[in-house]
Amino acid sequence: MISTKNIAFSYGKGTSFNFPDIVAQKGSTLLITGGSGKGKTTLLHLLGGLLKPQSGEINIDNTNIAAMPDGRLDNFRGKNIGFVLQQAYFVESLTVLENVVLASWLGTGRQATEKAKALLVQLGLQDQLNKLPSRLSIGQQQRVSIARALINDPKLLLADEPTSSLDDENALTVADMLDRLARQFGTALVIVTHDQRLKDRFLNQINLS
Amino acid sequence: MITKIAWKNIWFKPLNTLLSIILLTASVAIITLLILLQEQFEKKFNSNVEGIDLVMGAQGSPLQLILSAVYQVDAPTGNISYTEAKTWMDNPFVETAIPLAFGDNYNGFKIVGTTPAYLEHYGAKMAQGKIFRENFEVVVGSAVAEKMQLKIGDEFFGSHGDSAEGEVHDTHAYTVTGIAAKTGKVVDNLILCTIPSVWAIHDHGHDHEGENAHNHEHAEGEAHDHNHEAHAHEGSDAHDDHHNHAEAHTHDREHDHDHDHDHEAEISEAGKEITAVLLKMKNKPALLSWQYMIPMNTKMQAASPGKEINRLFSLFGIGLQALQYLAYGIMLISGISIFIALFNTLKERKYEFALLRVNGASRTELLSLVLIESLILCVTGFVFGTIVGRIGLVLISGSSEEEFKMSFNPFTFVWDKEGYLFLLTIAVGIIAALIPAIKAYSLNISKTLANA
Repeated sequence: MISTKNIAFSYGKGTSFNFPDIVAQKGSTLLITGGSGKGKTTLLHLLGGLLKPQSGEINIDNTNIAAMPDGRLDNFRGKNIGFVLQQAYFVESLTVLENVVLASWLGTGRQATEKAKALLVQLGLQDQLNKLPSRLSIGQQQRVSIARALINDPKLLLADEPTSSLDDENALTVADMLDRLARQFGTALVIVTHDQRLKDRFLNQINLS
Repeated sequence: MITKIAWKNIWFKPLNTLLSIILLTASVAIITLLILLQEQFEKKFNSNVEGIDLVMGAQGSPLQLILSAVYQVDAPTGNISYTEAKTWMDNPFVETAIPLAFGDNYNGFKIVGTTPAYLEHYGAKMAQGKIFRENFEVVVGSAVAEKMQLKIGDEFFGSHGDSAEGEVHDTHAYTVTGIAAKTGKVVDNLILCTIPSVWAIHDHGHDHEGENAHNHEHAEGEAHDHNHEAHAHEGSDAHDDHHNHAEAHTHDREHDHDHDHDHEAEISEAGKEITAVLLKMKNKPALLSWQYMIPMNTKMQAASPGKEINRLFSLFGIGLQALQYLAYGIMLISGISIFIALFNTLKERKYEFALLRVNGASRTELLSLVLIESLILCVTGFVFGTIVGRIGLVLISGSSEEEFKMSFNPFTFVWDKEGYLFLLTIAVGIIAALIPAIKAYSLNISKTLANA
């Protein structure tokens, strides 16, 4: 589970944010909405340890990542936090399977090849395992990045506009998939979005204003 | 795993990679080739010149004299009178004096008349058989024996001059009595016999040859004897006017064949000519003074091999240096090419780097990823370069073997110099990757992902 307390962040002159406290339990989904410029992505990066808050606490399973030194934070992130980004990025020279295995190695130091295969098969990518990511459709790429985010059984799954580049049908499929997987893996899911389709789908919401 | 990603990344952009590797290979190959050539060339030249303080021969270019008498690669400067040479050879300042008389060749391998001291000088032990003693007995060098498939007891005829196409002297056959062990020096490519053998062959040669052949020989500077028995007793005087006599007598003696007895006949030394004398001096000051005294008092010169070889090295040292600069230039370009390749892809790869960080990679892991990519290129280039350089050496060795009987061994390693070259290559790789690697190290992930 994840909980925050009084986090504040500033990009320097002018732009500073004070975020409301959020809580997301194991297996549950929290939607963070708000117009552009309200700090949605900033909050997500704070939750994922890509940025550090000026003040406040971010507790992931009782570990305050705001107080963690950089090196250990990289480690913690790899092991405990999964990211699904707006655009799916890959190591272009590695195959789909290798990309997922790479994430397991970076997070845990072990190459979980069998687990990666199983996960990709579950997401309907059994025919794409040995292709280069650039050969896949956008929807397929998004599913690969979901598999990659889940490979280390993260405590927290963060999704940044995961449906913005998808059509209605795919958007709902991905939303259902994320919800189901969060339950299956017992992970807290936090989605940042301004997508109306998701706002209708998930009830637990916080609006940044 | 980082190395695996680096490896896959390199081959994801094969053209960039190929360019960098080709450039590196070219520069390393040229430098390796130069290192090996210089090393082996100098070693060969120096080992052959060891223990020879002066070379006495006909006047002309001292370098030519050294090249012909010591290295057997150039035409001789001419002939000298044996009796005149003898007075210097017997001088108490001289420790050893080895006379050389060039005459014929057998399939391009020179037949040189000399004394057993020549074999001793080059440390050539007999692998089989014994040293030549009688006329027309020969000892063949190890390379000659191998290439010509010669065995003890084999007989062959020499051809005149130093090219295999020369006129065959079929009046006397040489008999192989010994095969010398391999020395790695000039003697491996020579056929050695007594000096009187050379005289005897040419005595007969001239009896049957016309005027043209006669002059031709002078031009070639062969050791030969123009005197007929009738003049032999005239001693060195005959030397001066032997042209006229030789021509006058050629026809008179046309039918006077007497081969069978000539073998045994003791050949008089008087008026005979040789090509050069290798001298080792007891008295080192004489080494200098003889270089002035001999040309002043005689028709001969005395050249110092060390001096001439240094002159030769400094001459083509300039060429080698130019090549070396060229190779370093190519290496610089290959470094720049690696830098540009890494730097150019940095823009597209920053998302890849951000992603790796998101997945738990540390800053240092990104730094090492970029460095490893560059180092893989450099090590590959170095390995290929080392191989290509040696292939080049084999090719050069092939042609130099044919032309100069000088071969190079591609399987030797000049550890220190090639080690430096390796370190240099690695340094180029690290320097080229430094800026891209630091950029990867200091990448702001949040900013990169937010601006996507």
